[in-house]
Amino acid sequence: MKKRNNPMRLTISYALLVIIAIVSVYPVLWIFLSSLRPGAALYSERLWPEAFTLAHYGELFTNPSFMYGTWYLNTLKIAFFTMIFSTLMVTLGMYALSRFRFRGRKTILSTMLILGMFPSFMSMIAIYIILLQIKLLDTHAALILVYSSGAVLGGFIVKGFFDTIPRSLDEAARIDGASHLRVFTSIILPLSRPMLTYVALTSFTGAWMDFIFARLVLRTKENWTLAVGMWDLVNRYQDSNFTMFAAGAVLIAIPITLLFVFLQRFLVQGLTSGASKG
Amino acid sequence: MKQQHVPVTVKPNRERQHRMTAAVLSVVLQGLGQLYNRQWIKGICFLILEGIGLAYLIPRLNQAVWGVWTLGEQTQRFVKVNGSTVLQQGDHSIFLLLNGIIVLLVFFVFLLLYIFNIRDAYLTGKLREEGKQASRASASLRYLLDKQFPYLFLSIPALGILFFTIMPILFTITLAFTNYSAPDHIPPAKLVDWVGFKTFTDLIQLKSWSHTFFGVLTWTVIWAILATVTTYFGGVLVALLIEQKGIRFKKVWRTIFILPYAIPQIISLLLMRNLFNGQFGPINTYMKAFGLEGLPWLTDPFWAKVTVILVNMWIGIPVSMVLILGVLTAIPRDLYEAAEVDGASAFQKFRIITLPFIMFATTPVLIMQFAGNFNNFNVIFLLTNGNPLRGDYQYAGSTDLLVTWLYKLTLDNNKFNMASAVGIIIFLIIASFSIWNFRRSKSFKEEDMIQ
Repeated sequence: MKKRNNPMRLTISYALLVIIAIVSVYPVLWIFLSSLRPGAALYSERLWPEAFTLAHYGELFTNPSFMYGTWYLNTLKIAFFTMIFSTLMVTLGMYALSRFRFRGRKTILSTMLILGMFPSFMSMIAIYIILLQIKLLDTHAALILVYSSGAVLGGFIVKGFFDTIPRSLDEAARIDGASHLRVFTSIILPLSRPMLTYVALTSFTGAWMDFIFARLVLRTKENWTLAVGMWDLVNRYQDSNFTMFAAGAVLIAIPITLLFVFLQRFLVQGLTSGASKG
Repeated sequence: MKQQHVPVTVKPNRERQHRMTAAVLSVVLQGLGQLYNRQWIKGICFLILEGIGLAYLIPRLNQAVWGVWTLGEQTQRFVKVNGSTVLQQGDHSIFLLLNGIIVLLVFFVFLLLYIFNIRDAYLTGKLREEGKQASRASASLRYLLDKQFPYLFLSIPALGILFFTIMPILFTITLAFTNYSAPDHIPPAKLVDWVGFKTFTDLIQLKSWSHTFFGVLTWTVIWAILATVTTYFGGVLVALLIEQKGIRFKKVWRTIFILPYAIPQIISLLLMRNLFNGQFGPINTYMKAFGLEGLPWLTDPFWAKVTVILVNMWIGIPVSMVLILGVLTAIPRDLYEAAEVDGASAFQKFRIITLPFIMFATTPVLIMQFAGNFNNFNVIFLLTNGNPLRGDYQYAGSTDLLVTWLYKLTLDNNKFNMASAVGIIIFLIIASFSIWNFRRSKSFKEEDMIQ
């Protein structure tokens, strides 16, 4: 068999790849360069600014009508705790559902699937009233509580992963006298590190980026998260304060983007294991 | 506890009484049957639980049933007290309804516990009749940790789901059968009433509502199909492009292309909103530089729809690409070698081996993505906010999906009953779709066969 490398085909392919790369990168580059451009306007004739400035980044933290620093800390806090609690809940629940055969298991699985299909803010008014009654409105605890208790519904990928860990492993440990808890902590958990990373990552970014619910619950400006604050900025000032928005966007996007690029392979794993098992 | 085959010396009809006595005692008072069975700790636990339950339910249950049944009888009004006018609080229908549902749910949980208690007493009584020893507290605890382990693990997440998912959904569903909407039925000034299916019939029959509903529904379906198909096949294309023979730096391309996915959606969508800005946005600026008119990207109904699809491709193709790249590595090499021996062209190999394999592995995901796009709130809300507005629609714009319409109905216009009805309809569509998909997927049928 001889290897044919059609030069024509390769040229076209490379051209396409370059075009797609430009389309992928352009908006990112544009927002980054805009954040370094003097002035505040959205309009600019060229992509590459004539002069560079870091003033907009400073302005983010000094502008009194804009509490970027506070929002950043708020978001970090909420996302961190959501990550911890969600990962815990998802692993516990899905481990039980994957490893044990007990009465009502199929019902639970189907119920979870159905519950996950309700438009999430269909329940928002009710949650709003509940939070109002238990006096948690406008608190970060409320967000953490609601995010983490909903997390289990999205945990089917984790179940799929647990399903693939050979059961003979824990059966052997059981025969040696290990308790369920011990099997879980010293066999299953270490084996599922990639999956746990994936879950932690998605729940962190989920809470980091959520906008709808955060906007409903957080009523005062000091308690806002970044998403709510940035949305407010775009909605209220549209194109008059664009460069500051750009700087804010860069600061939000950089950590998450780096995390994602760094953890790509877990992502691939998560997506593919979700694919073959629904 | 080892079971010993000691001949039982008690008389037969005395034996039968254990289980009946225990069960009856447990019916009378939860835990009494366990005490009778000499399971002291268990019995006391049941007694305490019953005490807590009664203490919670007795003062509330009556009020709850009344509240859910009537949704309140008195509006707030001004009353003259000692010559001055005072605002007297009336019944707040919505709080009554929600509190009622909470109390009824708690009641339901206790009812389950009560039934469990009777059953437990009965079974233990039966064990005693057979001459076996009733298990003691320590054994029960061990049993709980061993056989009931999954329930223990599931109980914490279940509690969260009960209060922050199930109950809110129940509450919202009930709203669809009330007339809770602005301007005439908003508590505390006014009461809310049960109206049965009126909201649903209004939605279908009233011209103004049905026009909006079917208009938005049509666009939602078109959007969901287009969004799914474009991102999916876009992803296939990009993945195949990278995986071609002879392409170098595969990893670099992949990392570049994954970038749009890595950026938080709220940022990329707000960013796109600026990018496609008709007046100052760079896209139109460049088009003008080439002597073109520039397009009304976000302000014209048709172009707004195009923009939404385009932006969604930018965000969604990387996800499909990653997925397909994963699937591609799983295709057995020898299939291709066999095809090459038979003299198949590149296109034939793609059509006969690659495409069927990809389709087979990703159909469930494809269908879930369709369901997700049906409810894709972020893209629409953050990019166009449903605009441009349409005068002939009830509170909806040209790009509004059912979900964003639902949002506007709820938070901006207080048409809670209509929003709930729309929500139920969305749910019915998505649920039937997904359940069908789930049932035919491998994970449900043969999940034990993986190993």
